[in-house]
Amino acid sequence: MSTYYAGLFADVGILLLGALSVYVILATGQLSLGNAGFMGIGAYLASYLTVTLQWPLTAALVAAALACGAIGIIVGFPALRLRGIYLAMATLGFGEMVRSFFLNFEPMGGSGGFHGMTHVSLGTIWLWAGGVLLAVLVLERSRLWLELRAVHDDETAAGLVGLDTTLTKVGAFGFGAAIAAIAGGLFAHHHVYIEPANFGFERSIEFVLAVILGGSTVGPGALVGAMLIVMLPEWLRVVADWRLAAFGAFLILVLLTRRQGILDRPLLARLAFRRSAA
Amino acid sequence: MRAIAPQPLLDLANVSKMFGGVSALSDVSIRIPEGRIVGVIGPNGAGKTTLFNVVTGAFRASSGAVTFADEPITHWPSYRIARAGIARTFQNIRLFASMTVFEHLLVAQPHQGAGIRRFLPARRADPEAWRRAEEALAFFGLAAYRDRIAASLPYGIQRKVEMARALTARPRLLLLDEPVAGMNHDEAAELRTLLRQLQDRGLTILSIEHDMAFVMTLCEMLYVLDFGVLIAEGSPAEIRSNPVVIDAYLGSEA
Ligand SMILES: Nc1ncnc2c1ncn2[C@@H]1O[C@H](COP(=O)(O)OP(=O)(O)OP(=O)(O)O)[C@@H](O)[C@H]1O
Ligand SMILES: [Mg+2]
Repeated sequence: MSTYYAGLFADVGILLLGALSVYVILATGQLSLGNAGFMGIGAYLASYLTVTLQWPLTAALVAAALACGAIGIIVGFPALRLRGIYLAMATLGFGEMVRSFFLNFEPMGGSGGFHGMTHVSLGTIWLWAGGVLLAVLVLERSRLWLELRAVHDDETAAGLVGLDTTLTKVGAFGFGAAIAAIAGGLFAHHHVYIEPANFGFERSIEFVLAVILGGSTVGPGALVGAMLIVMLPEWLRVVADWRLAAFGAFLILVLLTRRQGILDRPLLARLAFRRSAA
Repeated sequence: MRAIAPQPLLDLANVSKMFGGVSALSDVSIRIPEGRIVGVIGPNGAGKTTLFNVVTGAFRASSGAVTFADEPITHWPSYRIARAGIARTFQNIRLFASMTVFEHLLVAQPHQGAGIRRFLPARRADPEAWRRAEEALAFFGLAAYRDRIAASLPYGIQRKVEMARALTARPRLLLLDEPVAGMNHDEAAELRTLLRQLQDRGLTILSIEHDMAFVMTLCEMLYVLDFGVLIAEGSPAEIRSNPVVIDAYLGSEA
């Protein structure tokens, strides 16, 4: 595989993780526009552990995920009080807060960034991305996910049938933050250099976009979305300067015709039926 | 030790609920004995639904105390109250938009302990809940709709799903908010039979209803609310001949 495609596939894997981090939070009806913040914390923490403390990458990623999961839970509590665009704005604020923290945090290079990480292979990135995707797909078939969907569909009714909506929503925030941290750690070791600007709100938006485009109600949607967002602008190179405009037009077209994104439950069921019939 | 006069299953003591300056419930005291079918009636805006919302923890009472099965549930979150044994249906049907009929029946049986099993598929996580959901499906005649999205089904079926969802949780107290609204005579009669069967099995029922004929034939005891105030309580016969009630409510229907 050419290094060109290797680079693109690495981007897809990292974006897939970012999209999944948004997806599991969205599954409880909460829209987070601050996941680049969690990603940034994960990136810096994992890099500190491997470069300064000489930890192996796997241990550093696990530690970053756990730490970020805890931070996600802390962020999840005030988030309970907010809905819809208010929650979106508050999480956006959180992301920017993290970015400006690292901008001023000289021990990790401040605005100059941080480097010294060893390059991670494409295989390792996809081991993580594929593993997390698989975990989410397994989780989607669980009893717990049914509870998540109830909270997503009607939080009040979910509480009234005996579901602990607080635990569900806060837990989803923690899990999403942990996934974002893994995305961050892999990003840092793929680019071997990070700076606060890598984790701005555009990246948070990109995560959300991947989920909405690919299908916001099913896990594989994140994969489809991440592929399209990375690959489509490349394939559209034929239209040269217009490729981003063409991409935007495609996005609008999808959302106008399929609000739930490209993949949804009925479509997946039809695909599965075709396969078993064939 | 058994008390001489048994504690009621549900006990509201001087419960008030304010919305801004509006008093939706003022100083309401209600006692529901176990195993009874009790009705709540009153004109629109009387505070009937608010009463249910306070009991189920959807709203917090402004003052007063709610006791259920000797537990002080006034400040409990709604999921805890549900798990303690109170289930309800809604005046405006509230189903989970993405769920099939069967999923509604599964999700309404929340796990009590063993958190880790929740990561398993629903059937393996709790085979007992799965079996009860299948049973409820048959009992309510919903088997044909098992895997359909509940919210896309006809209104009458949706009502049944709501009722089935409330009952698969195996509550001790069932709160019904206008269960016969929009039903024809036969459907109402069928529901009455069902509620009596449930009563025979030991369920306590508190039902809000506008349909007087239904209430009078179903309930053994009635509470009448008007502008958030409890204006009367008693047997259907007593309520029917109570001048205050006729004035505030029944009279307006004639
Ligand atoms: N969430 C709320 N916020 C503000 N006011 C409310 C709220 N819920 C109810 N109210 C008010 O409380 C009063 C009682 O309403 P409630 O819904 O309990 O009446 P009801 O007896 O159920 O009436 P209906 O027969 O029309 O269903 C009304 O004045 C209503 O406007
Ligand atoms: Mg009402």
